[in-house]
Amino acid sequence: MALTTYVEAIRQGIWEEMEKDERVFVLGEDVGIYGGAFKVTAGMLERFGEWRIIDTPISESGIVGAAIGAALMGMRPVAEMQFADFISCAFDQITNFAAKCRYRWGAGVPIVVRGPSGGGVHGGPFHSQNPEMYYVHTPGLKVVCPATAYDAKGLIKAAIRDPDPVIYFEHKFLYRRVKEELPSDDFVVPIGKAAIRRTGSDMTVVTYGAMVYIALEAAKELEKEGIDLEILDLRSLLPFDKEAVLDSVRKTNKVILLHEDTRIGGFAGELAAIISEEAFEYLDGPIRRITAPDTPVPYSPPLEEFFLPKASDIVRVARELYAY
Amino acid sequence: MKVNSTNSQTLARDAVPPITIPTDKTLLDMLYYMKLTRELEFRIERKLYRQGKIVGGVYVGRGQEAIAVGSCIDLRADDVVCPSHRDMGAFLIRGMPLRTILAQYMARKTGATRGKEGNMHMGDLSKNLIAFVSMLGDNVPVAAGIGLSMKMRGQDRVVLCFFGDGATSRGDWHEGINMASVWKVPVVFVCNNNQYAYSTPLERQMAVENIADRAEAYGLPGEIVDGNDILAVSDSATRAIERARSGHGPTLIECKTFRMTGHSAHDDAGYVPPELFEYWEERDPINRFERFLTERGLTTTSALDQLQTRINHEIDDAIQLAEKDPFPDPEDCLKDVYDEGE
Ligand SMILES: Cc1ncc(C[n+]2csc(CCOP(=O)(O)OP(=O)(O)O)c2C)c(N)n1
Repeated sequence: MALTTYVEAIRQGIWEEMEKDERVFVLGEDVGIYGGAFKVTAGMLERFGEWRIIDTPISESGIVGAAIGAALMGMRPVAEMQFADFISCAFDQITNFAAKCRYRWGAGVPIVVRGPSGGGVHGGPFHSQNPEMYYVHTPGLKVVCPATAYDAKGLIKAAIRDPDPVIYFEHKFLYRRVKEELPSDDFVVPIGKAAIRRTGSDMTVVTYGAMVYIALEAAKELEKEGIDLEILDLRSLLPFDKEAVLDSVRKTNKVILLHEDTRIGGFAGELAAIISEEAFEYLDGPIRRITAPDTPVPYSPPLEEFFLPKASDIVRVARELYAY
Repeated sequence: MKVNSTNSQTLARDAVPPITIPTDKTLLDMLYYMKLTRELEFRIERKLYRQGKIVGGVYVGRGQEAIAVGSCIDLRADDVVCPSHRDMGAFLIRGMPLRTILAQYMARKTGATRGKEGNMHMGDLSKNLIAFVSMLGDNVPVAAGIGLSMKMRGQDRVVLCFFGDGATSRGDWHEGINMASVWKVPVVFVCNNNQYAYSTPLERQMAVENIADRAEAYGLPGEIVDGNDILAVSDSATRAIERARSGHGPTLIECKTFRMTGHSAHDDAGYVPPELFEYWEERDPINRFERFLTERGLTTTSALDQLQTRINHEIDDAIQLAEKDPFPDPEDCLKDVYDEGE
């Protein structure tokens, strides 16, 4: 069977939901004839027509606001942000209108807002951001960050079917770099469930998105010196799979929290707090964080390489932690 | 609504005052800066990018050179420019050195942002050039604020703020234009209406015919200009700048033009009907202006060749220097998030 790329998996997921449910439609910039800046919606205009694949003006706030309106009337909009960086332009609609409808007056807002996030492609400060935490800090939203093609497809389908607003951050570095054979049946990946990517006994790396792969790379290296990593891929940040994190930490007794997002206010801080509140007595060493530094994402390759967490960072920290 | 053009058969509507022709020196400067812009962007897009020497995105303004050059050419050094992503001429006229620009594109430490940013995401406060952020239209309220500061301090400076047709769909654009108009601050808003926002044609972006039509709603004058006619652009800009400088508030100038490339270096513009490229190729702003200058006796074929040779040499030299320039040190990543003192 053919291998499916991460980007194709997202496309298939949206496509299948649109075939099944005529309330599902896509709106965003250049999603129609162009098929999206990264081709996530390629071919959809021809199949579904211009009223289900809607090219919008450059109006992110308008796009999300319109998606909310349609969703309140029973539609299932999937809004594309051309780059996740531009989701900032829709911040108000997402965090105030979409996130607070159900709590205030019982109206669900089943929208998906998706877009390419993350660095590693020399995109510079405005085409590389990891904006997930702005939304993780907003009760009422759900936030997912798939790392594999399987999850990319399963989570977009789950997001479209979800009764609440889901912010879906895909990682553009992974679009064409990761691929796998996908089952042909109609599967979803439940929002809020983590996945163990590698079973290990010495320490746990909790991570998500593109960092899953550098954790795997580090694990291979560390294996040679007899250090056995367990790698837990969160897949969803809000809600997140607290039990999976705690179970793994209780088993390995040591933990590294890894993300591409910057440090202060990053998800690692939240995880560290929960682990120390709920599994402190299981810890045999300090909780360690590996994150990007607290700077914008720089453009020049040596700067960007410095910025992004690397497998060698994990190797170094794992050795230190192993010594406890 | 006025339409300003030296050959206005394609765009003519209401009558406009006859165009004022600048001095011979200014005319020749305009030619130099348009040709320099064209050649520099050609090297960036067709050479350095394709050779892998530029690793990030590349957006050029081929066919739109008259807009930035025609509107910035007569600014004073203390006036402020907020360029957008197809306004290379603005950087050149404001005196950003070629080497600095090329080092910027090639991600070197000597680039305008010391490697922090790529391509035309650059600025220099000492040259009154404000670096734009990718978020289109964000520079419009910022320009209003720059104008506000000038007005509060009783200065007779002006701000030029550039954007494309697509940016005018952003809420920030509308908020900024409205505030500038309410406050009557000295801003000239210059829109390059190149008829596409990435792959999206105008009719999918707006239900009015012209960007300038939006001006009326905010109570500022809107003027439509043939953006491929540098004399028309500079004439409109000069009047709008005077108006702003003398305290009469902002103007919106819409320059009708065409994007003669894809959206960026990786886009082949397959969605643009080829006839449109042909139509606009015939209206190339540089060819047109060269014909005008030749008829006026200000240049000749051999003088044009010499000018091209000089420009080629200037760019060759700058590329050589920039290519030898160092990349930033990795730890520079951590610098300048906040003021670090001297
Ligand atoms: C807020 C925002 N949304 C989306 C983008 C992605 N984007 C970059 S340029 C562009 C098209 C811009 O069109 P226009 O404003 O007409 O300028 P042009 O490129 O045609 O000169 C888009 C959609 C962006 N930079 N900012």
